[in-house]
Amino acid sequence: MTPELPEGAIGVETLHMTMRFGGFTALDDVSIRIAPGSFHALLGENGAGKSTLVKCMMGFYHATAGEMLVAGREARVPDPRAAHGLGLGMVYQHFTLVPSLTAAENLVISRPDAPRIIDWRAERAALDAFMARMPFQVPLDQPVRALAAGEKQKLEILKQLYLGRRFLILDEPTSVLTPSEADEVLGHVRALCEAGEITVLMITHKFREVTAFADEVSVLRRGRLVGAGRVADLSHSDMAAMMMGDAAIAEPAPRTGTAGGIVLSLSQARARDRSGLKDIAIDALQVRAGEIVGIAGISGNGQMELMEILTGQRPLESGAITVKGTPYTASRAEARERAVRYLPEEPLHNACAPRMSVAENIGFRSFDLNGSGTRFWLSGREMRKLAADLVASFKVKTASLDAPIAALSGGNVQRAVLARELTGDVDVLVISNPCFGLDVSAVSEIRARIMAARNAGAGVLLMSEDLDEILELSDRVLVMSEGRIVHETTAAASDPATLGRHMGGHA
Amino acid sequence: MGPRLDGSTMTDHGITGGVHSAPFQAWLAPVARRAEAVVLPLMALLVGFAVFSLFLVVQGKSPAEFFGLVYKAGFGTAFSWQNTLSRTAPLLFAALCVALPARLGLVVIGGEGAIVLGGLTAGVLGVALAGLPAALALPVMVAGAAVIGGLWIGTVGALRYFRGVNETIASLLMAYIAIALMNHLVEGPFRDPASLNKPSTAPLTDALRVGDIPGWDVHWGLLVGVVACVFSWALIDRTTWGFAARIAGGNVGAAQVQGLPVGRLILGFTALGGAFAGLAGFFEVTAVHGSANASLASGYGYTGILIAFLARHNPLAIIPVAILLAGFEASSGLVQRRMDLPDATTLVLQGIVFVAILISDTFYGRFRIFAPERWSKP
Repeated sequence: MTPELPEGAIGVETLHMTMRFGGFTALDDVSIRIAPGSFHALLGENGAGKSTLVKCMMGFYHATAGEMLVAGREARVPDPRAAHGLGLGMVYQHFTLVPSLTAAENLVISRPDAPRIIDWRAERAALDAFMARMPFQVPLDQPVRALAAGEKQKLEILKQLYLGRRFLILDEPTSVLTPSEADEVLGHVRALCEAGEITVLMITHKFREVTAFADEVSVLRRGRLVGAGRVADLSHSDMAAMMMGDAAIAEPAPRTGTAGGIVLSLSQARARDRSGLKDIAIDALQVRAGEIVGIAGISGNGQMELMEILTGQRPLESGAITVKGTPYTASRAEARERAVRYLPEEPLHNACAPRMSVAENIGFRSFDLNGSGTRFWLSGREMRKLAADLVASFKVKTASLDAPIAALSGGNVQRAVLARELTGDVDVLVISNPCFGLDVSAVSEIRARIMAARNAGAGVLLMSEDLDEILELSDRVLVMSEGRIVHETTAAASDPATLGRHMGGHA
Repeated sequence: MGPRLDGSTMTDHGITGGVHSAPFQAWLAPVARRAEAVVLPLMALLVGFAVFSLFLVVQGKSPAEFFGLVYKAGFGTAFSWQNTLSRTAPLLFAALCVALPARLGLVVIGGEGAIVLGGLTAGVLGVALAGLPAALALPVMVAGAAVIGGLWIGTVGALRYFRGVNETIASLLMAYIAIALMNHLVEGPFRDPASLNKPSTAPLTDALRVGDIPGWDVHWGLLVGVVACVFSWALIDRTTWGFAARIAGGNVGAAQVQGLPVGRLILGFTALGGAFAGLAGFFEVTAVHGSANASLASGYGYTGILIAFLARHNPLAIIPVAILLAGFEASSGLVQRRMDLPDATTLVLQGIVFVAILISDTFYGRFRIFAPERWSKP
C-alpha cells in the first residue's frame, strides 16, 4: 500500500487543515507548502497550534477537515505508522532513546523490522557503512546515557535517517541544548537539506535559529496561518509582529488607585532549574502594593521554578525573598500573617487534592483557624458553611459540596481556588497562568477578580505565557528568558513585537 | 506549547453557580459516596475467595468444607472467638502501622521490624526492671517498646523526606535488619541460659505479665488496639493535623503551597505508626509469650498490610477486617488437620485476596452509581 517514493528529500503540503476539539478550533484552515530539500520553520506562541498541526501530519490526530500531499500525491495518514511509511519522521523535544543501551543498539531496535535474533556482526557492519555516508557521527558503542545532550539530539536525527525518513519534523529540537550545541546540530541538519537528503519542518520560537538556518517560515497564531515568507525577506521585528498579531488588547477591567510601597521583593536569587543543569538567576524583582507586575515568557524559561521559589518548594542557593520588608520563607504562619496568597497554574494539579471534596479543598487555607487563633479539632460544620458561602458568592457550579473536586470543570476548579485564596485580606498575590484552558466567560471573570484584588491594594505578580493576558492586566511588564529577567517596561510603553523579541532570547 | 491544545482543553459553560441537587439525593448522595469504599473491597474479597476456591477444587478439596471449618474454628464457639480475638490485637497495631503513613501517601510494609524490636525492648526491659513494682516497670516497658518502634519506622519516614529513599523498600529491608538484630541479641547477650531449644530472653515475672480483660479470655492488647484504632480515626478525621496529613497525602505540592509542614507530618505519622507496631510487640511478649524470642517474627506485620489495604486505610474499618483475618489465622490449625492442607494455605488465601484488592484499586471512580454528581448526566 505504500506508494513508491522518489529518492532524496520529499515535499509536503497541507491543504485547509482544520482541527477542532469540541467547540474549540485549534487549527483553522491552515495551508502550508514545504518544498523538497527546504528547511522550513514553524513559528508561533504557546498554544498557537504548531503541535496540533504536526500531530495531524504525523497521524497522532485526525484532522477535522483538510488534506495533506506528500511528494505531490494525496496521502492519508490514519496513524503514525502510516506517516513513517510515507517517509515522514519526527524528532521530539525530549529524547526518546533508551539511556542504558548504546547508540548502535538504539538504532537497531528502533527498526520496525528488527529481527528477533539480531546478528550484531552484520548489523554493526551495516551501521558503520551507514555512518560513513553521514555528514556527522556519534560514538556508537557508548551507552546513550553517557552522551551529551547535543550528541543525543544528533543521534535522534541520525535515527530518523537510518529509518529512511526523508521529511523530518523537529519539535523544538534545541530546547534542551546549549546554544553552541544547538548551532552545531542545526548546522548539520541544514547541510543535509542542502544536500537534498531531507526536508525539515522545525517548530521553534527562537528567531535567531530561524534566521540562521531556515529558508522559509510560516507563522501560526490562534490556530491560523497569519504569515509566511522567505526568511531572507523578513526581519525579527516582522516575525515578532506576525507571531504576536496586532495584540488587540481586550477591554481591561477598571483600574483604580496607584502603586504603594514594595510588598514583595526577590534579590540576588540563585537556584537550580528543574533539569538541574541551568541556573535561575533573578537579581532584582520588586512588586509594589496596588500594582500588577506581569512576567511574560515562553514556557520553560524559569517561570515554574520562580513560582516554586516563591512558594518555598525550591530552595534558594543564595539571595533572599522579602515580604513587606522582612525575610520570608513561605511557611504557613508567615504566609498567613503577611497575607500572601498563591494561584498556581493548573489548579487541580497544583492547588487541590483531587480526590478530596469541594468543601475540604475550599477549607485548605482556613481549616486550622478559629477566629484569630488556631484550632486542633476540625470543625466540619464551619468548613461546610464557609464552603457553601464561597461556592455561592464565587458562582462555583458543583453538584454537591461533598463531590470530589476533580469532578468539577476546569473553570469551576479555578473559581473554587480563587474563592479560597481571594477571601480575606490579600496583600501579596502570586499567580501563574490563571486562565489557561478556560473558556471566554470564565477568563474575563477571573481576570476581573485579579484586577479587583489589585485595586484593593494587593501587590500582584502574574506569570503568564499568554502575552495578551499580561498586556491586559499588568501595570509593569517583565520578560523572563533562560531563567533571567531580560527586559522591563511599563504596560503603557510596551510593544508586543519588542516583547516577542526578548521572549525569543534575541533583543 | 501545543500539547495544551490537546483534547484536554477544558470547556466550561457554568454561568450560574451554587450547589444543584434534587431533594431526594440529599440523603442518597452521601450514602452512595461512602458505599464505594465498602462495596469495592467486599467485591475484591469475594473475588479473592472465589479464586481461592478454584485453587482448592484443583487439589480435590472442598471449598465449602474449608469455609465451614474457618467459621467453626474462627467464629463458631466462645472458645474460637477467644482464639480469634487474641490474634486480633497485634493485627490491629500492625495494620495501623500501614494505614497511618498511607494517609500521607507512603506505602510502609515493614511493620514487622517495629513489632520485633518493640517486643525485644519490652522483654529486655522486663528482665532489667524485674525488681521494681509493676506499676513502675510496665509503663517503662510500654514506653520503651513504643519509642523503639516509633524510631524504627520514623527513620523510614525521615529517609523518605530528607533523602528521597523509597519508603516501601526501606521499611521492608529494615524489617529484615530488625529480625536479624533480635535473633542476634536473643541468642547472644540477652539469652536466658535456661532457654535450651528456643533461645529467649529470661521469662518475665508474673507481676510483669499482662493479663486478660476481666470476664474475657482475651488479653488487654485487644482493648488497647481498639482504642488505638479509634484514636487514629479521630486524629485523621477530626483534627487539623489529620486534615493537613490528608492534604499532603492527596497532593503534596498543594500542601507545600499552603505552607503545611509536610516533613513534620511525615515524621509524625510514620513514627506514630511505628509506635503502635512496637506496642504489638509489647503485648506479644508480656501477654502471650512471656519472653522475647523468634516467635515475635510470626508475620503479623505482613498480615497487617493486607488488613490496612482491605480497610482502605480507615482505622475504624481496620477493626472488623482484623477480626476477620484473625479468624482465618485461628482456623489454620483445624484446616490443616481436617483437610490435610499445608500451613501455607492461609498464606495463599491472603496472597490471592491481596492481589484482588490491588486490582480493585483501579476501579475507583469508574462506577457512576457511586458518584452522585454524574447521576443526572447521560
